[in-house]
Amino acid sequence: MSATLEKGVRVLKEVIDAPIASYFNSCVHCGLCAEACLFYTETGDPKYTPIHKLEPLRRVYEQEYTWLGRLAKAVGLAKPVTDAELHEWQELVYNSCTLCGRCSVVCPVGNDIVYMVRKLREGMSASGNAPDGIKGAANRTVTIGSPMGVKLPAVKAQMKHVEEDYGIPIPLDAEGAEYMVMLSSMEIINFPEYLGAIAKIMRQAGKTWTLCSTAFEATNAGMQIGNSDLARVIVSRIVDGAERLKVKCVISPECGHAYTALRWEGANLIGRPFTFQVKHIIEVLGEFQEQGLLKTEGMETDRLTFHDPCQLARRGGVIQQQRRLMKQIAADFVEMPDAGFMNWCCGGGGGASAIEEGEELRLEAFKKKKSQLEAVKPDRLVTACANCRIVLEEGLEHYQMDIPVIGLTETIAEHIPDSVDKEGA
Amino acid sequence: MNELQFLTWVRGPGLDAAVAIFLLGTVWRLIEIYGLGRKKDLAAPRLTPGASGWHTIVRRSVPPEGMFKQSPVTYVGGYVFHIGLAAIVFLFAPHIKLVEGLVGLSWPGLPSQIVDLVSVVTLAAMVVVLVDRIKRPVKRFLSGFEDWFTWAVTFLPVLTGWLAVQHLLLPYTTMLALHILSVEVLLVTLPFTKLFHAFTVFGSRWYNGTVNGHKGVPV
Repeated sequence: MSATLEKGVRVLKEVIDAPIASYFNSCVHCGLCAEACLFYTETGDPKYTPIHKLEPLRRVYEQEYTWLGRLAKAVGLAKPVTDAELHEWQELVYNSCTLCGRCSVVCPVGNDIVYMVRKLREGMSASGNAPDGIKGAANRTVTIGSPMGVKLPAVKAQMKHVEEDYGIPIPLDAEGAEYMVMLSSMEIINFPEYLGAIAKIMRQAGKTWTLCSTAFEATNAGMQIGNSDLARVIVSRIVDGAERLKVKCVISPECGHAYTALRWEGANLIGRPFTFQVKHIIEVLGEFQEQGLLKTEGMETDRLTFHDPCQLARRGGVIQQQRRLMKQIAADFVEMPDAGFMNWCCGGGGGASAIEEGEELRLEAFKKKKSQLEAVKPDRLVTACANCRIVLEEGLEHYQMDIPVIGLTETIAEHIPDSVDKEGA
Repeated sequence: MNELQFLTWVRGPGLDAAVAIFLLGTVWRLIEIYGLGRKKDLAAPRLTPGASGWHTIVRRSVPPEGMFKQSPVTYVGGYVFHIGLAAIVFLFAPHIKLVEGLVGLSWPGLPSQIVDLVSVVTLAAMVVVLVDRIKRPVKRFLSGFEDWFTWAVTFLPVLTGWLAVQHLLLPYTTMLALHILSVEVLLVTLPFTKLFHAFTVFGSRWYNGTVNGHKGVPV
């Protein structure tokens, strides 16, 4: 057994807990999880059946934690996990799984399959079997500060641009602000309108907010790759920043996995509860809307639909807010089939969009989104995750569908009237 | 060994051994599985009505939105043979008598003609799900020895029981003895194969519901 394999198997042994044991013992091979997975439905290849993606983890469980499995191992009847097998499984655990969690909500015996994929990734990463694309993103986040290599000067340059364009000051390191706003690299580089939108929305709501010079990047490729040590380093930066600035609430940007990393995994990664709240920007907007702090003018009149980011909706529990927000600004808001809780992934979540060699499969899986869109024929597609947005744009371009993709936050900000804007200033 | 001796054995030492292995095996397996425990979730919970382990135990008995049409055979076949098995095992008068003799508990059963009908329907449903397992690429791909074996050890007690009651194929005594033997094989097999989902299904649904319920997602 190679040293890396040994390390991987040791990590797998560490992550196996009672839920995983219960899940493996419950599976009856009914195959329904396949029907919930867009990588199976769009390719028809049974190897993409979600429970099958866990085969190495299942065998480690059986051989290490069951009496019969240990007996089989002792007499040489058990098939050990090998380097070659883990290498082969990379495609199944990363390229063809976006951690969308649809399988976990359909399994009739109740297996939380995505919970297990997340744990298997720990062993894959420890044994050196994570894809280079996500590895690179994780390493850049740890060493440079962001997966796309964005540093503070780039953020400052964008702050300056936004201040000039909107005439609103962007606070940096303002101690005691109510909200600390996080960004994703994608927003810094590709979608600068997000920061301007936040400035307008916060000014109208009369809330104090700040960016943080030591923690502006919210995405966490450490979590996607399945390396809790790296994920912890990345989350700790945000925790340190939030505690240093004594903010009440950290706002996760329009990015699904950033939200999961910070909201649900963060406290577990650092080993203690947070001293501040974590909310996705859509949750915050939903609260402003409820409190009457979000006043908009005019409506979008073209046909709009909303793509639910998996980590926000099914995996994060934010489902109704985006719909109420859409209704405030869209006169012709239509829902795709399966929208909301059961929405289909864009195909690029969970780090999959960073895997170059997975592109062909990703585009194949995109046919699911294509059929959802064809059912409602929207003029534009709204979402709330910068990664979904990029993946959707790529897919739409590939299939020559002329549907612009926009972010919900900036679309709302466009409807905040200047007059109210000025009153608030 | 003649048929009477065979029947005496399966009713006596055979049954005792099978029940003992079943009970001890079940307790051992439950400890082996749930003794692993899990870490406390330190993220601040979000409370949502309907999002809990207990809700999921119940809710997951019904196909989630859009799933039924993906595989109606799995759902209908699954419901029919599970409900059928439960009805046959717990509502057939001779079975209730057996339990009464062992532990003194008794409850009303179904008329035997109804149990006959239920048995035939259950056998048919099991054949249908078997054919589906052979024909459907995903199920066939996932299936190994254990899947075919556990199907057989579940099917045989129903088949032999029905044949015994109908006095078909073999003399009643022999068929009854075979029926009891097949039940013993099922009892011995259950804790150590996927049939153990009969117990862990509740734990699995509960964990899934609890882990996601912590996030305020009713799954």
